[in-house]
Amino acid sequence: MRYLPLTQDDRRVMLGRIGAPNIDTLFRDVPKEAVVGREAFALPDHQGELEVERALARLAAKNVAAGSVPFFCGAGAYRHHVPAAVDHLIQRSEFLTSYTPYQPEIAQGTLQYLYEFQTQVAMLTGMEVANASLYDGSTATSEAVLMAQRLTRRPKAILSGGLHPHYAGTVETLGALSGTVVRAPLTPGRAEDLISLIDAETACVVVQSPDVFGLIRDLRPVAEAAHAKGALLIAVVTEIVSLGLLESPGAMGADIVAAEGQSIGNGLNFGGPYVGLFATREKFVRQMPGRLAGETVDTEGRRGFVLTLSTREQHIRREKATSNICTNSGLCCLAFTIHLALLGEEGFVRLARANHARAAALAEKLAAVPGVSLVTQSFFNEFTLKLPNAAAQIVDHLAERNILSGVPGSRLLPHEPVARDLLIVAATETTTDEDAKAFADALGECLS
Amino acid sequence: MTMNAIGRPTSTGAATPPSPPTISGDRGLDHEEPLLFELGRAGVSGVDIPPTEISGSRLGDLRRKGAIGLPGLSEPEIVRHYVRLSRMNYAIDAGLYPLGSCTMKHNPRLNEKMARLPGFGDLHPLQPQQTTQGALVLIAELMRWLTTLTGMPAVAMSPKAGAHGELCGLLTIRAAVAARGEKRTRVLVSSSAHGTNPATAALAGFSVDEVPAKDDGHVDADALEKMLGPDVAAIMLTNPNACGLFEKRVKEIADAVHKAGAYFYCDGANFNAIAGRVRPGDLGIDAMHINLHKTFSTPHGGGGPGSGPVVLSVALAPFAPLPLLVQDGHGFRLVEDRENVPPGARPFGRMCAFHGQMGMFVRALAYMLSHGADGVRQASEDAVLAANYILASLKDTLSAPFEGPCMHEALFDDSFLEGTGVSTLDFAKAMIDEGYHPMTMYFPLVVHGAMLIEPTESESKESLDRFIHVMRALAEEAKAGRLERFAGAPHLAPRRRLDETRAARKPVLRWTPKVLPQAAE
Repeated sequence: MRYLPLTQDDRRVMLGRIGAPNIDTLFRDVPKEAVVGREAFALPDHQGELEVERALARLAAKNVAAGSVPFFCGAGAYRHHVPAAVDHLIQRSEFLTSYTPYQPEIAQGTLQYLYEFQTQVAMLTGMEVANASLYDGSTATSEAVLMAQRLTRRPKAILSGGLHPHYAGTVETLGALSGTVVRAPLTPGRAEDLISLIDAETACVVVQSPDVFGLIRDLRPVAEAAHAKGALLIAVVTEIVSLGLLESPGAMGADIVAAEGQSIGNGLNFGGPYVGLFATREKFVRQMPGRLAGETVDTEGRRGFVLTLSTREQHIRREKATSNICTNSGLCCLAFTIHLALLGEEGFVRLARANHARAAALAEKLAAVPGVSLVTQSFFNEFTLKLPNAAAQIVDHLAERNILSGVPGSRLLPHEPVARDLLIVAATETTTDEDAKAFADALGECLS
Repeated sequence: MTMNAIGRPTSTGAATPPSPPTISGDRGLDHEEPLLFELGRAGVSGVDIPPTEISGSRLGDLRRKGAIGLPGLSEPEIVRHYVRLSRMNYAIDAGLYPLGSCTMKHNPRLNEKMARLPGFGDLHPLQPQQTTQGALVLIAELMRWLTTLTGMPAVAMSPKAGAHGELCGLLTIRAAVAARGEKRTRVLVSSSAHGTNPATAALAGFSVDEVPAKDDGHVDADALEKMLGPDVAAIMLTNPNACGLFEKRVKEIADAVHKAGAYFYCDGANFNAIAGRVRPGDLGIDAMHINLHKTFSTPHGGGGPGSGPVVLSVALAPFAPLPLLVQDGHGFRLVEDRENVPPGARPFGRMCAFHGQMGMFVRALAYMLSHGADGVRQASEDAVLAANYILASLKDTLSAPFEGPCMHEALFDDSFLEGTGVSTLDFAKAMIDEGYHPMTMYFPLVVHGAMLIEPTESESKESLDRFIHVMRALAEEAKAGRLERFAGAPHLAPRRRLDETRAARKPVLRWTPKVLPQAAE
């Protein structure tokens, strides 16, 4: 077995030192009836690298990779180009195979990039502080709601109808235990009235922009109304590239920003692992979930970084911790921070412009197809179309022609009649003119 | 003086005094590295993206007004920055990493390669399911391995880390209790448990009572049985436990828990000690998360991402969260909403967007296929053997609070340091100067000055012998009162001890620009 260095001789000598006649002796505390042999497992024996690679490659070949076809899926996960240097750097042994930086003297590499990452996230979101990442955007949103409930000591969370339905489901799982969660009505293509739902029991209003249909939301009126009633505004961003062109949530009055960082540095990976971004105001930092890297000095006065404010965390506070989270999304957050560092201000803004330009051109092309109308008038790199009949069937038809044309509304909202004919379409810098033409042509043929 | 073949002197010469401070501030291969924000400048980018004319903007009046403030750097500068940072980190690839309960085993590179196949890595979670059948088969295959190895009938795949798996398990239990029309508000947690256990129970809406540990390191089963009652929803026990011991009375405990109408949650953090030899399902466990990043070696990545699937008993399986993976005549299908679930399923909700940590699933399955059931069993045996070898080799020099044998980790306390003036922390930091990552310190809490050593199956006997030699020698130095190497250690790391009090008292959590940035375009 290529991963196991001990030889039979080694094992014998080691058992001798221990004074155990055989390996079974070491398992003597296990109840006899619970000890099973190899035959108890209907599973194959070990295999060489070649055989494993062959088996997995065969499975991979049964999937249609996004990059192999004209591709337009978004709705919370986006296909962007990731520079080669990113994947090379995150696979360096010292990043890939290190543990959480609990021994800061020999983990300054991790701690410094976390500190840089926190700075980048705070800058992008327009907030004062950010943590060292959470699992993903949906769990970050759920943690934001719990944090708002703690800060305001109020129970109610109001979720915009434009919040990604998976995010809403995730929030409900926990938010409904610690309080109540109210979902505002679904209004694809326009902002719903959230302000009239805010009352004295409201801890927070959760608004996603661009929302799940791609619509850009003005957070300012909701922020004002929430603050007037002592509630907090949680802004959710699932396409972080949008902040290269759009006003930051912080500038629009958000108190907490929960976002998905997958678009920068991270592949689609069929839904995970991704990287949750979490930013807030400095005055709330002691109620923040997750790890934080902070600056300090060593005994020789040199600048260094440590994990800090751990008195919020489970390993110190146990059942009184702000969250049960014990991990961040380390390597994904490294990929994020490297990609964003490569882009820099100029590259990031250009990336955002390229995304918006491609989406705007695509929307124009598709809306010109007879029977198709554009539902979202104001959008970044994703928009929603209304089709003349069920979008899911059209998506399946187009998939047979090797075009992955987007996410049908019914995939996310299967029981909302209003979502049945809606198709959520994304374009990024990876979308070519040929892709757009192929999509428009095929959609036209499919509908004619 | 000796000369080499081309006539250059090769002698190291006479002993020289310590080298003076360098002019650059760097020392040989050790480079100091500024922050990105101190290196960058405007107008440079490491990515070439042509400027785009936007005709017919759809952004409305919400365009960003100010600049973001991100620094600009070219690709070579970026590569150098991160390579230099990486060299300030310890890593399992570079040396033995004996962190108890963390399982720092070798991360095979094949697994990385497989996760990057475009058919897995470049797959969107919401593309039509007929175009992702290979991915769904892979998940089903991993589920088969997990349920077979644990002897449990079902598994929830979406939890994103161990603590997320614990939460999933407790929410499943909560739903099962509610479905019986009962109100059970308490969860019993063993005192040696990881901090996530009580934090998770509280997050899931339960009150937490601590079950004491006995002097022999096992949970006090008698006390536990007395604490059970009609208001107890579950117990949370780690087995093998955080003292590195297998809970001998586990089946008895399970029977008592079930008799009281409660469920048995097992923290599976230490499954790597028993995988392939013991099936948790045979022990009466109702739910257990499996840290794919421990037992099945998906890389720790400096603190994540993890993955924490939860295996479930027959009683709990119906309440597993969305999405559910089902098979029908057309192949595999993910059921993503409550209304379309198969008969009998009553999912409690959703843990996260999409379907879990697919990238980790691919790596874990590659690990499993490589090891096979025989290799998984051998790995567990070797891990337990290595820990016992360390325990046997060190217990006369260090102090072991409990009689062996241990499972996959060897626990020591600080009584061997009594009167030396050296603390567990000093001892651990001195290990850094010897080229080792310290062991887990001050955990579990039930032992004074705990040092928990988990060598894993990845170390050769030579590597273990060298580690044992260094540990013995360090202990003897402390006992002999030669304290220079302990005081203020580490001396040879990229940084000396860092002031954590200062970091917490006045938190500086980000770099702040001295002048406000200007817009780039």
